[in-house]
Parts: sequence; C-alpha cells; structure tokens
Amino acid sequence: MKILVCMSNVPDTTTKITFTSDHKQFNAAGVQFILNPYDELALARAIELTEGGKGTVTVIHVGEASSDPTIRKALAIGADDAVRIDSPAIDAFFTASQVAAYAKDKGFDLVLTGRESIDHNGAQVPAMIGELLGIPSVSIIKKLVIDGTTGILEREIEGGKEIVHVPLPFIASCAEGVAEPKIPNMRGIMSARTKPLSVVTVTEAPVLTSIEKYETPVPRGAVKMVAADDVAKLVGLLHTEAKVI
Amino acid sequence: MIDIGQDPTVSENELMITQMVQDFASRYIRPHVMEWDETQHFPLEVFKQLGELGLMGVLVPEEYGGSGFGYQEYVRVISEISKVCGSIGLSVAAHNSLCTGHILGFGSHDQKIKWLPKLASGAWLGAWALTEANTGSDALRMATTAVQDGDEYVLSGTKNWITHGKSCDVAVVMARTGEKGQSGGVSAFVVEKGTPGFSAGKKENKLGMRASETTEVILDNCRIPKANLLGAEGEGFKQAMKILDGGRISIAALALGIARGAFEAALKYSKERHQFGQPISGFQGISFKLADMATEIEAAELLIMQAADKKNRHEPVTKLSAMAKYYSSEVAVRTANEAVQIFGAYGYTKDFPVEKYYRDAKLCTIGEGTSEIQKIVIAREILK
Ligand SMILES: Cc1cc2nc3c(=O)[nH]c(=O)nc-3n(C[C@H](O)[C@H](O)[C@H](O)COP(=O)(O)OP(=O)(O)OC[C@H]3O[C@@H](n4cnc5c(N)ncnc54)[C@H](O)[C@@H]3O)c2cc1C
Repeated sequence: MKILVCMSNVPDTTTKITFTSDHKQFNAAGVQFILNPYDELALARAIELTEGGKGTVTVIHVGEASSDPTIRKALAIGADDAVRIDSPAIDAFFTASQVAAYAKDKGFDLVLTGRESIDHNGAQVPAMIGELLGIPSVSIIKKLVIDGTTGILEREIEGGKEIVHVPLPFIASCAEGVAEPKIPNMRGIMSARTKPLSVVTVTEAPVLTSIEKYETPVPRGAVKMVAADDVAKLVGLLHTEAKVI
Repeated sequence: MIDIGQDPTVSENELMITQMVQDFASRYIRPHVMEWDETQHFPLEVFKQLGELGLMGVLVPEEYGGSGFGYQEYVRVISEISKVCGSIGLSVAAHNSLCTGHILGFGSHDQKIKWLPKLASGAWLGAWALTEANTGSDALRMATTAVQDGDEYVLSGTKNWITHGKSCDVAVVMARTGEKGQSGGVSAFVVEKGTPGFSAGKKENKLGMRASETTEVILDNCRIPKANLLGAEGEGFKQAMKILDGGRISIAALALGIARGAFEAALKYSKERHQFGQPISGFQGISFKLADMATEIEAAELLIMQAADKKNRHEPVTKLSAMAKYYSSEVAVRTANEAVQIFGAYGYTKDFPVEKYYRDAKLCTIGEGTSEIQKIVIAREILK
C-alpha cells in the first residue's frame, strides 16, 4: 500500500503570537516550528499500516526550505521519503492544488492529513484535495482500518459514532484516537538524513483569498475572589460583569 | 518546550534528539516523578523504553547495536532527561558512560560483541563498581581482590554506592590483582548477574536521586571466567580514570539539566507570583537572582560542550571535563537553592518541583568525584 501523508509546519504550541506588516502577517521571528500534532497522528497510523514491508509512506509538504528540519523529523519518525513543494502555503486551495497536482499520477492508495493545522485551523485542505483528485474524502476520523480494498473509518458525531466504509483510494483527515503519536528513535534520527527529500517546483494555481487582518484575543482579566459564603455577590458579578446569567 | 531551538550552534540532530527526549519524558517520566521519588521506586520498565529509543547506547557504534552518536548528542540526552528527573538522568548516565562505556573503551572485539548489543538495546542494565565503604575519593586503596585460579578469577569484597547494584544484568567491577594502593595493582572485570557469589546488599535511602537505585554489591568468592578480564591485568585503574573523564561530562550534563529545570520553574513562578502589587520578578532582588542563574547555566553549557567536542575528537579532556563537572555541579546546587528561595514557602513543599531539584542537585558535587577532587585534578593539570 502506498500512502501519502500531508504535513504542515506550525508554531510550537507555547509560542507567543505576534504579527507584522499591519497585522497582516504572522511574525515568525524567534518562533520554534513543529510538525503539526494532528499530522503526527496521520503519520503514525500510516506507519502502522505499512509496517513490516506492507507498503510505503511518503510525506508531502508545501513550504520553503526552512521547513526541512520538520520534514526530517517526519522521516526520523518513520516515513520512507519526503516531497517538498517549494512555495509558501499561501492558502488552503493553493496548498490543496499543489498536493493534488503532485499526487494525481503517483498511484497512492490512501492520502492522510491531520484534521486541521493548529496555526490557521482551516480544516479545508483535505476535502479540497479529495475534490481535486476525484476521490472520496472523510473528515475528522477517530479510527482507521483497511480491510482489503475498503477503508473502515470511525467518526465521532453528536451523541454517538458513525462508521463509514469507503473504497480505496480515498483521503481522510485524522483526529485523536487514530494512533498514538510516535516518538522517533535514535536510529530513525540517524537515518533521516539519508532518506530522500525531493524538492518539487510549484504548479500554477490560483490564490483565491487574502488576509486582511489578524487580531489576538483581548487578554483575560485578573481572577476575582469571592468569599465562599457571599453567594449574593457572586450572583451579582455573574449578572452584571460576566453577563452570563 | 525547546529552549535551544534558536541557537545556531545546536545541530539539527541535537535539536531533534532534544525534542524526542522531551516528548518521551513528558509522557512517560514526568507524570510519575514525585511518586517514584517518594516510594524510592526504581522504574526498570522506563529503561526498556529508553532502550527502544536508542538512548541506552547513545555512544555505542551501530555495529555493536548502538546509536552511534557523539558526546554533544549524548549531553542533550542526559540533560533533557535530568531536567525532568535527575534520578533517571543519573541512571542513564551510569549505564551509558560507565558500564557500557568501559566495555566499549577497553573490551576486546569478542567482549564487545558479547555484551554491547544487550546493553545498548536496554535489554540488559549495566552497573560499574569502583567505590567501597572505606575508599571513595581514594579508590586506589580498594580492598576487593581478584585472584586467578586456573581459567578463572575469584573476586572477594564489597562495593558500595553502586548505581543499579541490585537490578543490573551485568557489572564492570574494579578489583585488586596486585599491591594495595598501586596504580598497576587494579584490574577490571565483567560480572554477569546470576554468577554464584555475586549479590546485592543494602539499598541506600537517599536524600535525592531516590528513583535511581544505589546499593551495596557483594562479591563472595565470586568465580568468573578469565575471559571476563577487560584489557590486560593491572590496567583497571587507568581504565577507570579514563572512563571517569568521560563520565564527568555526563554528570555535568546531569547537573545542567537539573539547573535548567530549577531555573525554568523559578522563572515561570516569579512572573506569576504577586506580592506588593506586582510580580515578584519585578523586584530587582529576584530578577538579579534569575540573571545570575541564567548566566551560570549558559557558562556551564559552554564548558560542557567544549569538553564534549574535545572528547569527540579524541583529544585529552581530563582538565576540561573536570572543569565542566565541577562548575556545572556547583551551578546546579546554587540554582536549585535560589529556585527554592524564589518559590518561598511553596518551594519548601512537595507540591512544587524545586525542592526535588534542590535534593537531587547535591549528588552532582559528590558522585563520580567530589568537587574537591575535581579541583585537585584541575590544579594538577594546570600546574604540570
Ligand atoms: C547516588 C550515588 C551514586 C553512586 N554511584 C556510584 C557507582 O555507580 N559506582 C561507583 O563506583 N561509585 C558510585 N558512587 C560513589 C561516588 O563516586 C563516591 O561517593 C565519590 O567518589 C566520593 O567518595 P566518598 O563518598 O567516599 O567520599 P570521601 O572520599 O570520603 O570524601 C569525603 C569528603 O572529603 C573530601 N576529600 C576526600 N579526599 C580529599 C582530598 N584529597 N582533598 C580534599 N578533600 C578531599 C571529599 O571531597 C568529600 O568532601 C555513587 C555515589 C552516590 C551518592
């Protein structure tokens, strides 16, 4: 089985977020980037599905050379090879177009992504890739089993779960439950440098959106302590200040 | 969180290893740290997992089943583990650089083939026994003897303060084959668990490093094959001193990790704790402490990395590794002490991590050569 895993390179979760160019751009100066945590789940499941010579895992990333360390981490975790489309990931459609253009004649049986990237949280790329490749797309899956040429997927829905059967090839976006993220071992880290990382030139694709402005949420106010027996004051504050009752 | 990510002198491998160890430690070590400490539980299972990740044979070449990395990467491994738990850091250090390192450095090819793959994979846990009840700094005067009898050596004596004395599968034991107090009178042997006459005595109840097992090792007419002699007879003490040159880099890395952990906890707390209407970090008395801690930690790291670099290039490191060990250990103790001070009463309780750093840090100025002994080594080197 040939699996393609899409990965993005996102700011570490502890990053202090700031912006440049009139609040139109994320300020990447001094920021530590990591492999998107949901993509790690997709990668971990892909590796499990192909372990023991049952297939190969290719990771694909749309981004610039500054992402290479993160791509090599994916190789260290256990991907067989990597492809980087040499362009910033401008927006969801542009990114999906790049992945689809690369994947379309490569005969992948399965394409996996994370449910969303933890920077822009758009969750749009997987479905767009599915559409562009003309293959079924299932979002936010919690379990993934392949039975012959059928994928058996589990999704969480309000008050229960949904079991989806879908023929290969298909694309699915992965959430918690699909697999435990894998920690690379020293041998993986050593071999990551010798695994192929090919850089592919960008394909012509329209850019349909532009960012007008980013805003960070207003900082949370200080905690107000109310004495345990002063219920009236608490109710008053919840009514007049917090406006929740 | 990664604090070395923006440093251009840190290689991509070091960074990846740092992240890997942080991931592992936050999932499998951090949640249990206080419980292991309180109950003095030595978590053998963690060392198996560390073995699977390749962290039990960091410096062992791949042909012997190891990871084949150098000292820089090794320092990252030990310091990142120690930032979370000094005990695990100490045990990983003793296994890697003392026991495994001794067989790697002085074993024959056959001996390496026999023991290194098991040690490097974490299938076997290693110990290294030099110290005795009456001979610590003055190890040369050890009382344990090894007497040749046909194709065997018979080992007799008691070793003290041995990390993994009870749980080890194999130990490198220094014993006297010649005159007491003579450098040429000591030899190094490999003793496997299960050998009749080889057993563990009392387990120490320690101030810190409580999840790292430290026990007495008893050699009661313990017969081992002659083939278990490492190098030639009489070379054991010189070998042990060389091993300690490298081992000191790992204790320095251990100290660095503890210092970092204590510093980061104190830094965070100082920004959160308010007194007199402002965060305590706003008081110069506190911020100057933080400035000193940060500066000393940086200096310790530079010393360690300099020693690591020389060690990788097989240059003499006796002076530098002693400096790195001495300085980093003292920094760890000072930093942990100030961290407790910054936490105030909260730092004096087990609800916050700094009291443990404070207890663990103290080992660093004692184990693998006390600070005083490091100064003797440094002075001897600069005066020669
Ligand atoms: C947790 C732990 C784990 C350990 N693990 C191991 C292990 O795995 N294997 C092993 O072999 N050993 C191990 N040790 C032993 C350790 O290496 C010794 O404790 C250390 O070498 C110091 O010896 P000592 O404790 O006997 O102190 P001593 O040598 O008795 O020293 C007491 C004091 O006198 C000072 N002193 C001694 N000589 C001089 C001098 N010439 N000039 C000035 N001051 C001097 C010392 O600096 C110290 O302050 C471990 C110890 C601990 C605490």
